[in-house]
Amino acid sequence: MAAELVLAAETSERVEFAAPKLRTWGGRMWAWLWPKLVAVALMLGTWQLVVLSGWRPDYVLPGPATVFGRLATDLSHADFYVGVGVTLRRALTGYLMAVAIGASVGIVVAQVKVVRRAVGSAILGLQSMPSIAWFPLAILLFQQSETAIASVVVLGAAPAIAAGLLNGVDHVQPLLIRVGRVMGARGPALYRHVILPAALPSFIGGLKQGWAFAWRSLMAGEIIVIVANSASIGQQLQFAKDLADAEQLLAIMVVIFVIGVVIDTLFGALDRAVRVRWGLIEAAEQ
Amino acid sequence: MSSQVIELAPGNSINVLALTKAFPHRGRPLLAIDGLSLQVKRGEFVCIVGASGSGKSTLLSILAGLDRPTNGRADVKGHVSLMFQEAALLPWLTAAGNVELALELRGVSRPNRTRIAHDLLRRVHLGGFESRRPHELSGGMRQRVALARALAQDADVLLMDEPFASLDAISRDLLHEELERIWAQSGLTVLFVTHNPREAVRLGDRVLVFASRPGRIAHEIQIDLQRPRTLDSPDIAVIARRITDHLKQEMRGDGS
Repeated sequence: MAAELVLAAETSERVEFAAPKLRTWGGRMWAWLWPKLVAVALMLGTWQLVVLSGWRPDYVLPGPATVFGRLATDLSHADFYVGVGVTLRRALTGYLMAVAIGASVGIVVAQVKVVRRAVGSAILGLQSMPSIAWFPLAILLFQQSETAIASVVVLGAAPAIAAGLLNGVDHVQPLLIRVGRVMGARGPALYRHVILPAALPSFIGGLKQGWAFAWRSLMAGEIIVIVANSASIGQQLQFAKDLADAEQLLAIMVVIFVIGVVIDTLFGALDRAVRVRWGLIEAAEQ
Repeated sequence: MSSQVIELAPGNSINVLALTKAFPHRGRPLLAIDGLSLQVKRGEFVCIVGASGSGKSTLLSILAGLDRPTNGRADVKGHVSLMFQEAALLPWLTAAGNVELALELRGVSRPNRTRIAHDLLRRVHLGGFESRRPHELSGGMRQRVALARALAQDADVLLMDEPFASLDAISRDLLHEELERIWAQSGLTVLFVTHNPREAVRLGDRVLVFASRPGRIAHEIQIDLQRPRTLDSPDIAVIARRITDHLKQEMRGDGS
């Protein structure tokens, strides 16, 4: 009897110790998840309400259930994956080119004073240009081709990436540069050990924004520029419109949305990790 | 630092001769330092006290090679390292990483860096904190890492610009002891700038009282008190009082 009591006490203690841990972990997951679930529910709810109101007939504006049913069918077809593959390949190559060009331009502009005056404002100007406005020119120059799409993706993303790096380099604490110089770091060594790491959080902000621009430009490009034998997502979207296939159209929009959210989340995590490491924000307690 | 080392008097680590520094201020040159001359012997611990505007930080910047004199000479024999009021650690590196970077820039090979950095951190009583990042350390601990980093530069001359001014009294006390111990063991030459006359008397072999606008040496006081000293000893209080009086005089005499 006594032994049982002791055991019970031990067990309950153990449970008490374990419970808060579990709660905090589960609680954190929940705290992260619930606003997103609410957002999705709100979106689907509004959509469903509009459909129920009979504002447009079903074949023009189908409800969520129909669309997700269609999406499930799409997911079982190879065409769908080929399309997603084409789009993601374009996104990745275009983005990587933009990173390479944006970062190189950013470094040169940050370092050379003469270049900075001329190019600095040009970068800001480019950033204010809606990337879709480049497509007519791109099509004239490169016809309906991959190059036309890639060039606009790069033009959309590279200025944001360059600006992020430039901003980071400009706002390095002068004291850190003095420390670097006292330690004997000059020229490239100063860049490598002090300036670039100090600029990294801002550069990642630029990368994130650059991705957003690249993704928008790419979707615009895939809708406007029709390249033969490549049923990209944007092109499928355009076909669905041409065929008045509203279910397919909305199903593809869901896919575009999900890809965008997933990649934004990845950038958010990277951004957060760097800020925590740099001591710019507190790490969540482990 | 300078190529003029030959002209240094033997045994002197720092030789400043008729140094003048002017900054442009509202279109006119403003004298920060005017005709300053100063010698510091090798292994000597010299403290500079002075009100703001006495050109103390400017002098250290020039000695560290971060700034150029307008006129005159400022020569330092050997490697110079400079510590600031803020620890100015690189926030993305750990405590050990900050020290290791100083070693790397000095050309120490990779396998040796970790070992030396850990040794240096132990010397400033930070053993066990090697992998902490600056934002996880207290102000006093950060300043210790900065001290370890300064030592890692294998400097002959350590310039300190109010390094403990923003610390609490106890941390400052402990750092005084550690700095004194390290200085005694290493034979470093130290030039230490402070606002605090007691701190200057506590640490220095010699205290220079700077006058303001433009900066120049107004008084020089030799401190012959036995080491190790304690900040609250009556002897220190007496000398510190004299220095405070000098400083007040300088400020009044300035017409302000």
